[in-house]
Amino acid sequence: MKRTVALLMENQSGALSRVVGLFSQRGYNIESLIVAATEDPSLSRLTMTTTGDEKVIEQITKQLNKLIDVVKVLDLGESDYVERELMLVKFANESITRETIKKLNGEIVFENNELLNIQFVGSSEELDQVLKNLASSHPLEIVRTGASGISSNLKTLTI
Amino acid sequence: MSKEQISGADALLRSLHEEGVELVFGYPGGAVLHIYDAIFNQDKVEHVLVRHEQGAVHAADGYARSSGKPGVAIVTSGPGATNAITGIATAYMDSTPVVVISGQVRSGLIGTDSFQETDMIGVSRPIVKHSFLVQKAEDIPSIVKKAFHIATTGRPGPVVIDVPKDITDIGYTFDFEYPKEIDIRSYKPVKEGHPGQIKRAVKLLLRAKKPVIYSGGGVIQDNASSELIKLAKLLDFPVTNTLMGLGAYPGSDPKFLGMLGMHGTYEANMAMHNCDLILAVGARFDDRITNNPDKFSLSAKKIHIDIDPASLSKIINIDVPVVGSAKECLHQIIEELGTQSHKIDHEKLEPWHQQISAWKEAHGLNHNLLDQKPAGGKILPQQVIQSLYKETKGEAFITSDVGQHQMFAAQYYFFNKPRRWINSGGLGTMGFGLPSAMGVQFAFPDSDVVCVTGEGSIQMCIQELSTCLQYNLPIKIINLNNAALGMVKQWQDMQYGGRHSSSTYENSLPDFVALAKSYGHAGIKVKKYEDLELAMKECFAMKGKLVFLDVDVDPEEHVYPMLEAGMSMKDMHLSKEIKTW
Repeated sequence: MKRTVALLMENQSGALSRVVGLFSQRGYNIESLIVAATEDPSLSRLTMTTTGDEKVIEQITKQLNKLIDVVKVLDLGESDYVERELMLVKFANESITRETIKKLNGEIVFENNELLNIQFVGSSEELDQVLKNLASSHPLEIVRTGASGISSNLKTLTI
Repeated sequence: MSKEQISGADALLRSLHEEGVELVFGYPGGAVLHIYDAIFNQDKVEHVLVRHEQGAVHAADGYARSSGKPGVAIVTSGPGATNAITGIATAYMDSTPVVVISGQVRSGLIGTDSFQETDMIGVSRPIVKHSFLVQKAEDIPSIVKKAFHIATTGRPGPVVIDVPKDITDIGYTFDFEYPKEIDIRSYKPVKEGHPGQIKRAVKLLLRAKKPVIYSGGGVIQDNASSELIKLAKLLDFPVTNTLMGLGAYPGSDPKFLGMLGMHGTYEANMAMHNCDLILAVGARFDDRITNNPDKFSLSAKKIHIDIDPASLSKIINIDVPVVGSAKECLHQIIEELGTQSHKIDHEKLEPWHQQISAWKEAHGLNHNLLDQKPAGGKILPQQVIQSLYKETKGEAFITSDVGQHQMFAAQYYFFNKPRRWINSGGLGTMGFGLPSAMGVQFAFPDSDVVCVTGEGSIQMCIQELSTCLQYNLPIKIINLNNAALGMVKQWQDMQYGGRHSSSTYENSLPDFVALAKSYGHAGIKVKKYEDLELAMKECFAMKGKLVFLDVDVDPEEHVYPMLEAGMSMKDMHLSKEIKTW
C-alpha cells in the first residue's frame, strides 16, 4: 500500500542523510522524496511516499521520530489530505497538439521553434494517467518532482 | 565575572570535566594532537592509553555498563575512527551511554581524500544514537552538553563528536562558558507511563493465572532492579531475564526462572510458551528470544514497558504497550496495585508455580556438576563457571566475550546484583571481554573483575594485556580453552554434518601462560578436573595481579538447551540426544 509521510527536520547538514539512511538501513522503500527549507529557515520539510502495511508504516514513523534531527512526523494517510506533484515534459514542437495539451490540463512553460516544455500538476496517480495519454506524442524527456502533501483538516505539521 | 579565553582543545577537556568525566580511554594520533596536549596540561580528566581503538570504546562501554556513568573514548581520524566502529556498534546494539570523540582532518581538507581522512559521521551514522561534526570551536561546550544528554537519557546509546583538527588549534581562543541547561526541541524522552495504560496493565496483572515477568537490559540501564523485585514479590510472579537483563532479579531466588531464549533454561522457555500473561520490561522481543514470532506464546496477553516507542509491537503485537522508563512505570504499577491490594490472590498462582517446579525438576540446569568427576575425564566448561561462582561467592563483576563460554557463564553463574554481568548481547562482539573488563576495573578498583573468555575471543583484543600492565589492572582472565571456535563448531556439528570448516586451530594456539608472563602477568594452566578448584583459589589469591587461568575443557561439549530454528519457544534440544518435539 502506498503511503505519504511528511516531516519537519533540522535544516542542517547531515539531517537528510540520517532520514534517507534510516530507510535503507531498515529495508524500507522510498518511492519518492521531496525536501525544501520552510518559512522558518531552521527547518526543512520533507515529504516521502513509501509502501508498506500498517505495521511497517507505524515502524517507519516511530523510527523517524527517534532521529534527533527529526522534529515532527505526520503520516498524511491517517486522514484526508491533498497530494500534488509537478511534472515537466519536453516535446518536439510538432509532436503534440495544443488541443491535447489543453485536454490534459497542461501548461506551456517554454516554447521555441524546436520544442515545447509543458507543466502538469496533479496527484501522482493523475500524472501517471497523463503520462499514459502522452505516450503516443513521444515525449523527449520527463521529470517528476515526487509528491508533496498537506492534510485537509486543522491538524498541522508545524511546531 | 570575566569569562576565560581558552582554546578548543582546552574547552573540550573542560567540558568533559563539567560533565563529571574522570576517565577517558583513548589512543593519540595526528588529528587529536592538540587534544592530547590539552590532556597533558590538566589533571581533572585521567587518560588511559589502550593498544587499539576498539579496546578504547569497549573499555569505555564496560566502565559505563558497570558504573552507570557515561564512558568516554578519544580516537584519531581515519584508521583510529574506523577501528572504533566495532566498539560503537556494540554500544549501540546494547544501548549503552558512550561518547566517542574522534579527530578529523582540518576543516579545509575535508572531502579532499587527505591523509587519514574518513567520513566518520557517514561511516558511523547507522550505529550511533546521534553524532556531531564540530564546525566552530565556540560550539564545543554546547555540543558536549548535548552529546552527554542524548547518550545518557531516553534509550541510552553512543554519540560521536567528530572534531576537525583546526577546531582544537591552540592558536585560537574564545570565551569559555559551559551551558547549565540544554534544550533540544526534537528530543524529549518521556519517563512516566500513561496512567490509563498503567491501569489497563494492572487489570491484566491481577487477572493472570499463569504469568511471567520477562525483563531485559532496560531494567539494568534504568536502575530499576529494586522496583522489579518489589513488584515480582508483591504479585508472587516468576521472573526470567534476558542475556542483557541478568542480575536485575536475583539469580539465586527460587522464583527466578533463569535466562530465556536461544540458550535459555527449559523452565523459562516453557513458561514463556505456556503462560497466559507476559509482563515485558525493558526487553525487546528480539529473534534470540521469540524464535519464530508467528508461534510465540500464542495464548498470552502481553504488556510491554519500554522507553523506546519503536520497540513496542515491532516484532510481537502487544495488548498493553506502555511508553516510559522502566523504573518510573514499575513504580506506577506498584502504586496502582497498592490501591487494589485486596485483589491480589496468590492462591490462584499455586498450580502455575507447581508446573514451573515440575519443569525445573525434569530438565533444569544441573548446578551441582562441580562435585562430579566428569565421565570423559575432561573438565566440563560448566564446571569452571561453577568453580568461579563458588570462589567469588557470586560477588564478582563478570565480563565475557562471545560464544559457548558466554552462554555457560550466563547459565551457570548466579548474578544476584545488577551491573555485574557485562557482555555483548546484541552485536555479539568477540574481543569485548578483556577491554570491557579494564573499564570495569577502573570503575571498581577494589572489586574482583573477571573476564570469562575462550581461546578464540581472547585473541581478538589480546593486545590489551599490555594496557593492563601499564595501569596495573588485576583482572582475572578465565579462558575456557576447547581449542576450537566452540559455538561455530557446535552449529557445524548440529547442522552441517560435523564438517568443521575453519573452526579449529590445528596446534597453532599460543602458550597462554607464557604469553601472560611475557606481558608481566601471572598465568596458570589447568588440564585436570582434580586441579580446577585449587587453581581457581590460587588465581583469586593473587590480589593485585592479573592472572590468566587457561583451562583445557571438553571440546565435545555443546550448549543446551538450544531452541530449534523456525519453531516455538517450547521446541528445544536438551542434549545431543534429547529433543522436546
